Amino acid sequence: MSTIQETDTLAVTQVLGAPKESAWRNFISQFFRNKAAVVGAIIIAFYVFIAIFAPLLAPYDPYEIQLENKLQSPSIEHWMGTDDKGRDILSRILYGSRLSMGVGFAAVAFGAFFGILFGLIAGYYGKWVDSLIMRCMDVLLAFPGILLALAIISALGPGMINVTIAVGAFSVPLFARIVRGSTLEVKKLEYVDAIRSLGAKDRTIIFRHILPNILSPIIVQGTLRIATAILSAAGLSFLGLGAQPPSSEWGTMLSGGRDFLFSAPYIAIFPGMAIAILVLGFNIFGDGLRDALDPRMKN
Amino acid sequence: MIWFIIKRLMQTVPVIIGVTIVVFVIMQLVPGDPAVLLAGEGATKETIEALREQLGLHQPLYVQYFDYVSNLLRGDMGFSLKNNQPVLQEIMTRLPITLELAIFSTLITIVLGMLAGIISAIRPYSILDTVVMVVALLGISLPSFWFGLMLMYSFSVKLHIFPVAGWDSMLHVVLPAFTLGAGGAAIVARMTRSSMLEVIRQDYIRTARAKGVKERVIIYKHALRNALIPVITVVGLQFGALLGGTVLVESIFAINGLGRMIVDAIRMRDLPVVQGGVLVASLVFVVVNLIVDILYRLFNKRIELN
Repeated sequence: MSTIQETDTLAVTQVLGAPKESAWRNFISQFFRNKAAVVGAIIIAFYVFIAIFAPLLAPYDPYEIQLENKLQSPSIEHWMGTDDKGRDILSRILYGSRLSMGVGFAAVAFGAFFGILFGLIAGYYGKWVDSLIMRCMDVLLAFPGILLALAIISALGPGMINVTIAVGAFSVPLFARIVRGSTLEVKKLEYVDAIRSLGAKDRTIIFRHILPNILSPIIVQGTLRIATAILSAAGLSFLGLGAQPPSSEWGTMLSGGRDFLFSAPYIAIFPGMAIAILVLGFNIFGDGLRDALDPRMKN
Repeated sequence: MIWFIIKRLMQTVPVIIGVTIVVFVIMQLVPGDPAVLLAGEGATKETIEALREQLGLHQPLYVQYFDYVSNLLRGDMGFSLKNNQPVLQEIMTRLPITLELAIFSTLITIVLGMLAGIISAIRPYSILDTVVMVVALLGISLPSFWFGLMLMYSFSVKLHIFPVAGWDSMLHVVLPAFTLGAGGAAIVARMTRSSMLEVIRQDYIRTARAKGVKERVIIYKHALRNALIPVITVVGLQFGALLGGTVLVESIFAINGLGRMIVDAIRMRDLPVVQGGVLVASLVFVVVNLIVDILYRLFNKRIELN
């Protein structure tokens, strides 16, 4: 049987929420219990490390053409071999991590920014504002995956920046849906009424009091979307619509390796493996985050 | 049920209108004068002006949009800048190929995904379950364009089992369909497993076990039937990803479908073809989603009760 003091403490905890420190500790213990998620975090950390230190780690200049070394199989000198222009594939992959990850992060940041904004406005104001915004989001979701990106690139032209915008654009409705749902839940809570009754402006309520409380599903969605964004951007570069040669972006490298599939398959094998391992890392890290931060989303 | 279908059809209309607006607006983002682009390099001022008049480009945007929609309703999507052929005609020759590829890939997604999911769910947390789920996770993470190239290298270049490219016989279908369907199969496998595990924990399954019903009957007759309901939605959503994926797979395997047509048109700045291709692919997706929703309703009578 609980004492009065314990009951009071419980009541206070229920009103104010668990202390931040214990929530953080709970998240950490939940996360570290999931071994796959930890592996995902290590993979991502490894890729971030090689992206930062690529100039120190790369054994050769990734852009230097040495035709006398062209199409060399993997060896001690060139661990992953060389491409048709004699460039070291390992060095190009190391440098390429900057581009491939950069476009993934930037596209998700772009999609998240607009998606969160639309979702917050739709969820908070409701009524016709909600209907208008969410019907627009439904329309964007009516485009199959990469096709919306293709339409945008056809208008803006090929290139990394346009690919980032195009890939980010089809993330907007996904973020908007999640944020709207969470906002609808949170805005009904008593603390929001309390803040409103104190005369706080809508902008303050939305960005300072609702947004910080719905970050969990946004972080989970963001992590999982980075994986999709990296895949989509690499796919567009593979089609020749994103990064252009001699860029060492992985999709572009793979596209270049296509022509040598019969004679030098390693040109295509290694960049593809680099993409697959990084995407796998984000997927299992995202799954782990979801289980630790938002168990309701677990299925 | 009839009312549900009518209501759902009515809901589809604004989405279709929205899709036409988005496609129209995106094409307005093209930098420069569309008349100059359409007339081509070296066109005289008179030609450009005549074209502008003919296309109604001097009209306000909303008038241009209504013209665009009324032309669409008459089956007029304009003409290709490359060969001056009607865009609709080009699409109609390419669309069946893409749909064929999408249908075969969906079959692979469903059969492979459900089978893997059921195997995992029957023996949860066993070695087999772990292996299947790791493979599924890999399936989700592999870039389809790389996977396709690797399949081509292994089964066409090395083993000579399947042809390298083209779309002439059933043998040509296998590798592209597998490339496209594998990612979806991985998602369906994960969904089937979690859905099956949830159903297996339900009271009526426990009751069936208590009554001595055979495990096989419980799994296939009681659990699977209910577990498959949420899977239908995932398969529907996967069809969209699959339609998008055809763009990459058709380019790898040199298949003359809608996806490759769009990519080629972007490279050649053949905007009417891009516009028509994206619009038709999106409309196909909208219709498939509509069918999936109706099927979901048919399978899940509980929604009706609620």
